[in-house]
Amino acid sequence: MSLTADDVNKIAHLARLGIDKQDVAAYANDLSGMLDLMTRMAEVNTDHVEPMAHPMDQAQRLRADAVTELNHREAFQAIAPQVEAGLYLVPKVIE
Amino acid sequence: MHNKTLTELSLGLQAKTFSSVELTQFFLNRIDQHQQLNAYITVTPELALAQAKAADQRIANGRSDLLTGIPIAQKDIFCTQGVTTTCGSKMLANFTAPYNATVIEKFNQAGAVMLGKLNMDEFAMGSSNETSYYGAVKNPWNINTVPGGSSGGSAAAVSARLAVCATGTDTGGSIRQPASFCNLVGLKPTYGTVSRYGLMAMASSLDQIGPIAKTVGDAEIIFNAIKGKDPLDSTSADSPAYPPSGEKKIIGVPESFLSEGVDDEVLKNFYEAVHKFRDMGYEVVNVDLSLLKYAVACYYVLMPAEASANLARFDGVRYGLHKDGKDLLEDYQRTRGEGFGPEVRRRIMLGTYVLSAGYYDAYYNKANDVRKLIKMAYQKVFDQVDVVLTPTAPTPAWKIGEKVNNPLQMYLEDIFTIPANLAGIPAMSIPAGKTSDGLPLGLQLTAPHFREDLLFSFGKSFGKL
Repeated sequence: MSLTADDVNKIAHLARLGIDKQDVAAYANDLSGMLDLMTRMAEVNTDHVEPMAHPMDQAQRLRADAVTELNHREAFQAIAPQVEAGLYLVPKVIE
Repeated sequence: MHNKTLTELSLGLQAKTFSSVELTQFFLNRIDQHQQLNAYITVTPELALAQAKAADQRIANGRSDLLTGIPIAQKDIFCTQGVTTTCGSKMLANFTAPYNATVIEKFNQAGAVMLGKLNMDEFAMGSSNETSYYGAVKNPWNINTVPGGSSGGSAAAVSARLAVCATGTDTGGSIRQPASFCNLVGLKPTYGTVSRYGLMAMASSLDQIGPIAKTVGDAEIIFNAIKGKDPLDSTSADSPAYPPSGEKKIIGVPESFLSEGVDDEVLKNFYEAVHKFRDMGYEVVNVDLSLLKYAVACYYVLMPAEASANLARFDGVRYGLHKDGKDLLEDYQRTRGEGFGPEVRRRIMLGTYVLSAGYYDAYYNKANDVRKLIKMAYQKVFDQVDVVLTPTAPTPAWKIGEKVNNPLQMYLEDIFTIPANLAGIPAMSIPAGKTSDGLPLGLQLTAPHFREDLLFSFGKSFGKL
């Protein structure tokens, strides 16, 4: 499995990760090496195997439908990069 | 003083031979004298001394327990209210946690003293503590070698006696391998036994919290203090109790799995340990775990897949680093591109790729199938034996810088530790001797789900030899 520069750029875009142009070849090389390692799993016959959903076969625990969290807005917004009037600020996304 | 066990120090505090304030100041001085190890990211002397004072009061009032007044240190991956919590990343260099992780709460309730936050690989991604934004940690046994990772600061600190014991987290060996490199005991408990609330998640189906300590007894005390079901972590579970039984126990050794890629000195040391157990009267049998040769491949699909999803939360909007771009998309790209280091970026990209349309079945689903088979292989083996014995790592600690440029080689270092995370079973590394160069080697014991008691009893009997 060998990834191209285009593949790397596409993955980086999906992951919303800015990467330097000069690093693309190195990423392609590293990621291709890792994918080669993964293809070793093809040797294992997994026909009729139920994929593992939980290490202890536990179902998701339920709890009573009650309010358990208090409002921490001020504490949480105190550590935010940009807030105004109790709102998180992001650049305009709708013209 | 610094070589005493947790129990010995606790008795000293109860008997008022020394106070917690004295003990805490003693360790703070040692931290100051050993800064070159880079074990701590943040030292919290004022908080520690205030906690020590409160602990002394509590001891005077006769309301103390084993951990009251004991100076410990926390991996910088746990949210600690009002204290900088970096996770080893530039992304969180200015992040002050708004609440405490459950593990931190448990130590606080027991009256333990927190000396500070320990260095680690960035977002716990690494096996050498060299990916930390805050610099590499040095191994106290040889400062030119790595302490292991990702809980490298935890291992270096306990090993150099800069804390009585420490917490770590283990997704593929991050407690056990550094413990092994630094001559310590490191326990990865059964998946779910310790609440992960307030822990910065890497791979949620694999992550576990556990102790790094000088002795098996100390590790057991910490484990008992932090375990238990927590309403705030829906994957947490209570562990059933197993009363000690007089039955003679059987040890399994997966010989075919040990035949490749293991350093000669490690292998020699391992078989010496096997002989020691035999001499003590334990039955040792060969077990078939040949499937484990696919464990690293399986892990390096699942772990990055989960990590890429978990780390999507770092968007530069709600907390952590923020970098301005020309629009929201560029804000994300610049923030995440500059906030994450190379290894984290690599794993996010790998995870994004294996989860992307067209590749999901070939990688992610295949890995989950293989994971199931590995878990079933262990179940079969545990029908025959009580514990499985392997080396903790295929090599002793390597030189700082030696493997930085070869991520794949670094990943293969986790071959013996990854399987327990995939199967969700408990495993513990115990000191097993040294190489001819004086570097520590570890022995790994693995047991069925919830059977930490077996690890402690085997670990203690080995330590007595």
